[in-house]
Formats: sequence, structure tokens, C-alpha cells
Amino acid sequence: MAELSNAPAPSAETLVDIYRRMIRIERNDDAIRKTIRLGRLVMPYYSARGQEVIPSTISALLNNEDTICTIYRGIHDMVAKDMPLRPLWAEIAGRVDGTCKGKGGPMHLTHPETGVMVTTGIVGSSMPIANGLAWAAKLDGSKRVSVAYFGDGASNIGAFHESLNLASVWKLPVIFVCQNNGFAEHTRYENGTSVDFIAKRAIGYGMPGHTVDGNDPLAMYAAAHEAITRAREGEGPTLLECKTFRFHGHVLGDDDKYMTKEEKAAAIEKDPLPAFKAWLIAQGHATEDSLSAMQAQIEAEVEDALEFGLASPPPSVDELRRDVFAEELPA
Amino acid sequence: MTVTKMNALQAVNAALMQAMAEDPKVIVLGEDIADREGGGVTGATRGLSTKYGDDRVKSTPISEQAIIGAAIGAALSGYKPVAEIMLMNFTAVCMDMIFNHAAKLRFMSGGQSTVPITIRTLTGAGWQTAGQHADHLEGWFAHTAGIKVVAPSSPADYKGLLLSCIQDPDPCIFIESAGTVFIPGDVPDDQPPIPLGKARIVQEGTDVTIISWSSQIIRCQQALPALAEAGISVELVDLRTVSPWDKETVLASVAKTGRAVIAHEAVRHFGPGGEIASTISEELFGQLKAPVRRLGAPYSPVPFAKVLEDAYIVSPERVVETVKALMG
Ligand SMILES: Cc1ncc(C[n+]2csc(CCOP(=O)(O)OP(=O)(O)O)c2C)c(N)n1
Repeated sequence: MAELSNAPAPSAETLVDIYRRMIRIERNDDAIRKTIRLGRLVMPYYSARGQEVIPSTISALLNNEDTICTIYRGIHDMVAKDMPLRPLWAEIAGRVDGTCKGKGGPMHLTHPETGVMVTTGIVGSSMPIANGLAWAAKLDGSKRVSVAYFGDGASNIGAFHESLNLASVWKLPVIFVCQNNGFAEHTRYENGTSVDFIAKRAIGYGMPGHTVDGNDPLAMYAAAHEAITRAREGEGPTLLECKTFRFHGHVLGDDDKYMTKEEKAAAIEKDPLPAFKAWLIAQGHATEDSLSAMQAQIEAEVEDALEFGLASPPPSVDELRRDVFAEELPA
Repeated sequence: MTVTKMNALQAVNAALMQAMAEDPKVIVLGEDIADREGGGVTGATRGLSTKYGDDRVKSTPISEQAIIGAAIGAALSGYKPVAEIMLMNFTAVCMDMIFNHAAKLRFMSGGQSTVPITIRTLTGAGWQTAGQHADHLEGWFAHTAGIKVVAPSSPADYKGLLLSCIQDPDPCIFIESAGTVFIPGDVPDDQPPIPLGKARIVQEGTDVTIISWSSQIIRCQQALPALAEAGISVELVDLRTVSPWDKETVLASVAKTGRAVIAHEAVRHFGPGGEIASTISEELFGQLKAPVRRLGAPYSPVPFAKVLEDAYIVSPERVVETVKALMG
């Protein structure tokens, strides 16, 4: 784990809370993949296995008033934000008890109570909307911050550049969090991105930009703490480039031939979950038993959510006429 | 009742002034819109930032995606943003924000998200601005479920309809058309909001119904004297809202006259006229005395050369010819 700079060190409680979020993401991801493989759930699935540290650390520093906008590969961001799992599962199954009555599905979950405001399937679109949420926070005179999650590929989209510029000119309380897993669909980072570090792009927009080891909770904590504090204190946006790796293909079922076996094996070897667990125990922040008990509890929660979601009925066909506008459309 | 003579841009300004005074949640953003930048290239937002401050009236960089994105995000937090996209062709730059996000977030969230944004934008042929500054694109937006498409023609309608768009809980695109914005008209000082989705009967008649909106209404009005002279009694319907459109009023009128012509400035090919014509044919097949006719621009980009641009626009003469031909 990295040495902390001048940021306040996270308490043992916070560190364990970050781990709790990570394990909740990992157990949930495992259950989704299994359920799809067993043919019990039909959905496109973009696993974020390997990227747990990023939203877990950031979420440990946020509250329910703070908002996030995320992407198709963002279920980990929602789980980290403590979205309840039952409606999450019902939504990805397209059922009536889902967060969105089954009308959004796995690429479009929304859950304002936990601050999950927009999930988008369009690369690069989380950022312009996150700006608006931040603008509203500023107009309200509140200390809310807004987080935009996106991938490294998204930093090549026009909306990224427009959003960073506007956020900087307007000094918005927004944190742009790039989860750089090295690939945009099948395209390797260097074949699509003109700079060796995306964080460098922040310079062009007059805001701080940091490249962080996104698999190191302490490094992530220090960087996220600084960015979130800056935003809360009205000092404007920050770009965080969090380096990570995804353990699976772009979408479940893709055979990830565009990765080398070696780089994948090396990344899995450095899986942040067991490493962080061992560190927490070695530091005396937790015990093997306490973490096992936590994991068992999370597994039970995931199992319950899965069965709840799959048992929920499909929405009625009348739903096609509802929520197009505020007023129901005539039959 | 006091009435003031003003043009449509002044009516827009009056509506914005009023909406901002009535509701602190109304905020305005767009390129050059603050007084520091001159209050908008058309002057439609002049005075707003001086009166309501730079926080509620934000001049933006030239960043259409960022403009609509910021409007959406603020709307999700309870604001009622009015975003200006300088010209309608520039909505192409932010279509993702408009049609993938603003129009769909309510539905995709199962009703949790509400995006009460208004997008004001200007367009229209007749000013020799050619292919990238003058398209009538209402069909693009009307084809997408979840966004209301409003296209006024008179100053009073501009004010009343804009007030409704701002208060509407859903995204609205408010199309200001070059052919209408400089024509003065009477606007009551206490002009109430005009309900969206309700057409206006400009003139009653019994032989043929002309359905039109936006700047094409002006050219249809110019056709009326010649048609009256020919002894043809025309009912002219201003749709005001292209989507959702007022089927009830249109069908009742065509049921009465038995003949229909739809005239719009947008390209005829796959244009909104096709939808309206088809609905009339489906609903009133047995009652029609002639086939429904559509008039629209040719299948061509808006041209520059004056002679071509004149030919591009559906002229009052073409309206007259078409209606006469329909009467047989
Ligand atoms: C505008 C747009 N273009 C293309 C796609 C198809 N697509 C989906 S995911 C993806 C790769 C994005 O990569 P990155 O931003 O690095 O995010 P990651 O999937 O790695 O998290 C692409 C090209 C899309 N959804 N949206």
C-alpha cells in the first residue's frame, strides 16, 4: 500500500468500510455472472471485476446527498454507493420491483435515494449531466458533490472535453473519475488515446489532474479525499485517472483475445481484494474472523436479492404508456 | 386588458422575464446570453442577467453537449432550465443529450427522473444562410418519444407557449422560426400560458382544411385572400405543438370540410406531414372528398442562391394552386 501524503489517514473503520464495499461488489458480480451462465438471467453484462477499489474508496467519502452519474459498466459504482441489492436485481432482471420498474435494465439504473442519478449506455455521457447536478448543488448553496464515472475510452469523446472545460469555467463541485482499465472495448489504450496519462489532459482545462493506482485503497483515498474536499469547499473540479484492469472481457461472453494471457494473469495475481484483506489483518484493523463474518453476511444479502429479483413479476404492458411524459399517454 | 405590440423575440424575452420572476427555479443558459455578452445574438435574453444575476443566467462556452447536459443535471435536481441552442442545426451536436438522455430518462428510470428542460432554438430558410443554418428539424424530435415539440407562429403564441414549456414537467423543444420572429403582433400583458398540444383555428371555413405551423402559417395566411377570391372557404389550423399534435381539432375540421392539405417548411420526405396525412386517411377514409395532400420543402439541403431558396420554400402561390387543384 502507498504511503499517505498530507491527506488525513483513513481510520480503521473507514478502511474496513472500503473493504466491505469491495467485497459486496465482488460477491454481487460473481452472483450475476453465475446467474447469467446458468441461464436464469438474460442481460448484457459488463463486469467491473478488478475495479472495486475505485468506487469503494470514493463512496466511503460520500453521503447519500452526493450524486453519481455512471455507465453501463457501473454496477460496482452503484453497489459501492450502497444501492439496495433487491431492487438492483429486480431491475437487471427486468422486473416490476426493479429500481426502474424493469424499464431501464442493467445499463440504465437510477436510484436517487442513494444518489445514483443517471446510468448511461452512451460512452462519455455521464460527464455533461454530472456537471448539471453540480451546478444545481452550487445554486442551492449546498455542499453536495457530483461524481462522473467513465472509462479511458470515454476521454476521447467530445463530451469529455466540453465537460471539463465548462466545469472549470463554472468552478463546479464535480469530480471526473476515469476508471482506466487499459481497454476501450477491444482497443488497447495507446491505440486510441493520444497521451500517456489521461490526467495530463486536466492541464488543458485548468484543473488539477492526478493519475492514481486505482487498485490501492490508500492512494485512492488520498486522491479522492483531496478532490472531494476541493469540490465541497467551492474550489472546483478535479480529474482523477485511476489505473486498474478488468479481469473479464468487455462484455460477458467476449473472449478477450485482445489482451495477452500474461498481462491478464499478472493483473489477477495482484487482485486488490485478497491483498487488501491481508493488509487489513496484518495492520490489526480487522481479523480473519471479522472479515469472514462480514463476507458471510454479504453473501446472504446477495443470495436474498437474487432470489427476490428473479421472483419478482414482469411489468405490465401498460407501462409502455407510463413515464413517457409525466402524464400517462392515452390507451 | 392592456396589449403591447411586439415581435416574437420580444415576446420570448417577456416570457423569460416573467417565468424567472415567478419561479426562482427557472434558470437560463446558452452561448452569449448574458448581458455581458450582449444578451444573446438575437437579443432574446437581453436584461435577464442584469435582473436575475449571473448565477441564474449563465453564458456558456460553445459547447452544445455541455449546455444540454448541464440543463439535464440541474433539472434532475429540481430546477427548470431554459437552454438556448443558437440555431437548430447545432442541435445535431448535442442530439445524444437530447434524445438519448433528456427524452428518455423519465421512462428509463421508471418515472423517478423528471427532466423539465426547455430548449429554445432558432431556424428557418429565407435569409440565404444555406445548408447548415436553416433546417426545420421538428420531425427529428417528434419521432422521439418523450420530448414535446412546440413551433409557434404569432408573438402572443410565442409568449403563451414558452410559459407552458417552462412549466411543463417534461423536456420541450421550442422552435423559433426566422420567418416569424420579426413580425409584430399584439400580446396581452397578462397573456396566460397556452396549453401544449392544442391547435388554434386561425380562420374558420367549410371547403378545405389547411394544417400548418411556424413560419409556414404566415405563407398560408398570405394565400388566404386569393383562395377567398376563388370562392374557396378555407379553415386554417395552426398546430402550435407538433408533438403531441392536436388530432382532435384536426380530425374534427377535416371531417367538416372533407379535404386536407398539410403545409410545412420542413422537407416533405419523411416529414411530419406524412404522419398527419396518414392519420387523417386512417381515421376519415370514407369522409374524404379528395386525397390528403402534403406540401413541404424538396428533398434537398437548404440552398444558398436566392432563386433556389425561393423555390425551396413552399410559397403562398403553391398553397393556392394545391388547394384549387384539390377542389377540382
Ligand atoms: C457513443 C458510443 N460509441 C460507442 C459505443 C460502444 N461501446 C460501448 S462500451 C465501449 C468502450 C468504452 O470504453 P471505456 O470508455 O474505456 O470504458 P470501459 O468499457 O473500459 O469501462 C464502446 C466503444 C457506445 N456505447 N457509445
